Formats: sequence, C-alpha cells, structure tokens
Amino acid sequence: MSAAQIAIALWTLVLKEIKRFTRIWPQTLLPPSITMAMYFIIFGSLIGPRIGEMDGFSYMDFIVPGLIMMAVITNSYSNVASSFFSNKFQRSVEEMMVSPMPNWVILAGFVLGGMARGLGVGAIVTLVSLFFTRISVAHPLLTLGVVVLTAALFSIGGFINALLADKFDDVSIVPTFVLTPLTYLGGVFYSISLLPTFWQNVSLLNPILYMVNVFRHGFLGISDIPVGWALTAIFAFIIVLFAIALWMLERGKGIRS
Amino acid sequence: MAEPALSIRGLTKVYGNGFHALKGIDLDVEQGDFFALLGPNGAGKSTTLGVVCSLVQKTAGRVSIFGIDIDRDFARAKYHLGVVPQEFNFNQFEKVIDIVLAQAGYYGMPRSEALPRAEQLLKDLGLWDKRNGSARMLSGGMKRRLMIARALMHRPKLLILDEPTAGVDIELRRSMWEYMRRINREEGTTIILTTHYLEEAESLCRNVAIINHGEIVRNTGVRELLAELDTETFLLDLSRPVEQVPHVEGFEVHKVEGAQLAVVVHRGQRLNDVFAALGEQGIEVVSMRNRANRLEEMFVSMVEQGNEMQRELDGAEVSK
Repeated sequence: MSAAQIAIALWTLVLKEIKRFTRIWPQTLLPPSITMAMYFIIFGSLIGPRIGEMDGFSYMDFIVPGLIMMAVITNSYSNVASSFFSNKFQRSVEEMMVSPMPNWVILAGFVLGGMARGLGVGAIVTLVSLFFTRISVAHPLLTLGVVVLTAALFSIGGFINALLADKFDDVSIVPTFVLTPLTYLGGVFYSISLLPTFWQNVSLLNPILYMVNVFRHGFLGISDIPVGWALTAIFAFIIVLFAIALWMLERGKGIRS
Repeated sequence: MAEPALSIRGLTKVYGNGFHALKGIDLDVEQGDFFALLGPNGAGKSTTLGVVCSLVQKTAGRVSIFGIDIDRDFARAKYHLGVVPQEFNFNQFEKVIDIVLAQAGYYGMPRSEALPRAEQLLKDLGLWDKRNGSARMLSGGMKRRLMIARALMHRPKLLILDEPTAGVDIELRRSMWEYMRRINREEGTTIILTTHYLEEAESLCRNVAIINHGEIVRNTGVRELLAELDTETFLLDLSRPVEQVPHVEGFEVHKVEGAQLAVVVHRGQRLNDVFAALGEQGIEVVSMRNRANRLEEMFVSMVEQGNEMQRELDGAEVSK
C-alpha cells in the first residue's frame, strides 16, 4: 500500500473505533463520569477535609490527578480489549484480515481508538473535577505526555488481552483482578510515604504507581519517584508490548487457524 | 497466455489437532471463469478458500492470485480479491453504509471514490433504502447481499463466494444468481463459488472441481460432468389417477400423488420403453418434465405472477 492508502486505512479504523464508543456513550462515557463524581464527592468533599493535607496539598487536589489517570487507564484498556474481542467474536476482524492493510496499521488503529476513549474520558473527568476544585497544572507538557503514553500503553495491553481471549469473561479478568487493584494500590488515594518501608519497596514494583506519580507531578509538582526514570520505563514498556502485539498478530494468534 | 486468476500447487493444511484438511491439492481457475468448488461438509472447500483469503495459514504449497505469489506479496494479491464468506462477518450494530465504506477505507480507497461506489452497489443490490439502518435489522437475504456489496467495493478481479445462497429463499437466490452472472459477464470478474446446491453450480458455472477428504477428485467442465450423470428422474402427469404403482420392467417407478408418477431412468435406458409399458396398462401420460428445479420454477413463476398482479393493481390505483 502507498503511504496515502495506509493513511486512509488507518484513519478509517480510528474513526470506526471512535464512532463505536461514542455510539454507545451511555456504556462508555457516562459511567466513568458518574463514578468519578462520586469519588470527588465522597473522598474529596466529605472525607477529605478530615484527612487533612497529603504531601502539602488538600486531599481533593491530591486525588484529582490519580482519579483522572485511573479513568484513562481503565478506559483505554477496556476499549481495545472489548472492541477487538467483539470483532473476533463477530468475525468482523476478517474484514481487516482479507484486506491489504499491514498488521501494524490494524494494531495502531485499535490502539489510537483506545487512546481516544481513554483521553476523552480523562478530559470528561477533568471537567467534572472542576466542579469540586480549581486545577492548576505545574508542567503542562509533562502532564500531557505522560497521559498520552499511559493511554497508549494500556491500549496495547488491551489488544494483547483481546488476542488471547477465547470468551467474554477473558476480557474482564485482567481489568477486574489486575488493573483495578494495581490502580488502587498505585498511589491514587495516598502517598506511598505513608507506608512502612517494606510496603513502600513493594509498591515500587507496581508500574501504575509511576504513571500516577508522574502525572501528579505534572499537575502539582510533587512526586514519590524520579520522573525521568518513570517516563523512560513507560516508553520502554510501550515499545516492548507493541512488538509483542505485532508479533502475535503476524503469527495470527487467536485469529487465524 | 494470461496468468490464471488463481493457481494452487501442492496446497497442504494440517491443523493443530493433526487433522489433514488438504493433502497437496493442485487447482487452476482461469481469468473470467465462473468456477464451482463442490464437496461435502468437511471436504476442504472452506480451508482452501481460507488459505487464499489469508484466514487460514497453509502448511505447505504455493498459491498465486493473477500471478502474484501470496508468500511474496500478499498485500498486492489481496487487491484483486473479494470475499463473501459463508457466515455473516460484519459488525451487526454498524450502519449498512458504514460497513461498506469502512471496507473501501481498508483498501485505501478515498472517500470521494468510495461514496459513489457504495451508492451504486447498494442500489444494485436493493439495499440503498436501508443504508442508514443498523445491519442487524436486515433480513438474512439482505445481510448476504450486504456482504456481496462489501466484497465488491474495491472492484476485485476475483470474487470468492462461499455458499452465498445458503438459507436464502428461492426468489432471492434467483436474483443473486442473475447479479453474479452479470458481474461475471459484463465486468469480467472471475468468480469461484462453493455451494451445496448442485443446480446452482449447474446453472451458473462453466467449470467445476470436486474436493473430498482434502483431495481434488474431479476437475472438469460442468457440461462434461452433467453428461456423466447416471440417473435422471422424470415426473409423468397422467390423464387420470392410478390406484397402484404400475410395474415397468427394468425401471424404478414411484407414485408422487394420484395422477403423477416419478420414473428413475438410468443411462442407456429409453423413455419410449416406459411409455410403451404404461400404454399397455392403459395409463395415458399427458405431460412430462425433469424433476430438478420444478418446484423452484413453479415458485418463481407464482411470485412473478403475484408481482405482476401487484404492479397492475398499483397502476390501477394510480390511474384512479
């Protein structure tokens, strides 16, 4: 395919993905807005004042970046996992496989679609948070960079999950039993400096901690971990997972007999 | 000499469970042909076509589409290929128009070119009025036509139809046959068809391959194959009903209904002997026809008559 044809194919796929999650907005865009509003009300407004400051900021200001990041992670992941698995289930993935589209375009199309939903929901949650607090962004470029990279990383993760999944249950196992606990334990609601040294070290094995902290650093200018190191790690994870997903696609894992 | 539209050499497929689906088949389909690939369930038809469409990974062998080896440049070969699978394989929740436009996009077709093409195909296949509806709201026949429209969006030179009329009513099947004939005749599209309806292959195809247990057992012209048929069943309409099935020496005779008999005639037997034997028993034959397609013909005729009456009624309504 020529570069122009590849651009058309990629845009077609991205647009199709965006149309999909906007068409079913009561399932994709509305629930995270309501859930996050609940978090802001309960943890931020009701319990937050009793907790006091966290790392020198009000509790509401502390949890806003973490909650935005949590929404981005879960939505990027679930979008690609459910959309690609649904394509497998309905066999509409064959539309793409019989076409001359290179595999990397298929992968990139779904990943960009997942990023669009993750970032879209992140933007909605940010808007919701404005009802509860004033947001100031200390490092705008860093904030944007890390949220985009995180959305990309978890979209690729969702794609791999969908390739490996044989039934719908398989696409909900990772979000329920891996992503959610890691996100809750990834410093969304607390600073790891509150933990005993042992649990602080255990927390450092959680990759989501780095993303949440860098994102919070972008907003507030504070972080539990070195920002440069965290960015490098996220970037490396993206490259490794993209290569694995592409290799699986080339081998026809889960889609070719 | 032009390259074959499809050339297969030594194609072998062994599935992970050890099942030997294809045992080194060779097959050529010439450009412009209307070709039938026949065989019982599990014979290897869909596996063969799956390899050609890149949905199944081959174990060994070579496949070329218009001279392009799929191992060397599958992407270029795929431009020539349109596929209508046996099962519905589109997102049922998408709009009809979005499904065909997305397919064009996957082939890198600009929207300015894809829109008029989609309009033409959806009109040709009677789906234009349904373009903004969800695909799941279409009837089974419409869904099949949608898959044909989708497969033709990028103007493929080779169209693969895997049991395209399975479960489709007779009237619609006829209209689909007519459409396939048209694109084969007028646009020169090479068509490969798998089907369980032998009359479909008989009616549409010029050449046929029969596959069984992963091997091509026959590859010949349809006429040549039909000439080899050993038996044929004729329906005889009688002037009056018969109580018992008459005995005709050397022929198998069944009573279909009171005044109709079915006679199985083997190759080399003469129908004159049947008429003579029935005549001796005082049974008069009024008319006779081949059993194949009789019900279909009658049904199509009834539907067409019904349509004509409806058109007349509509005309009368307008003229009031």
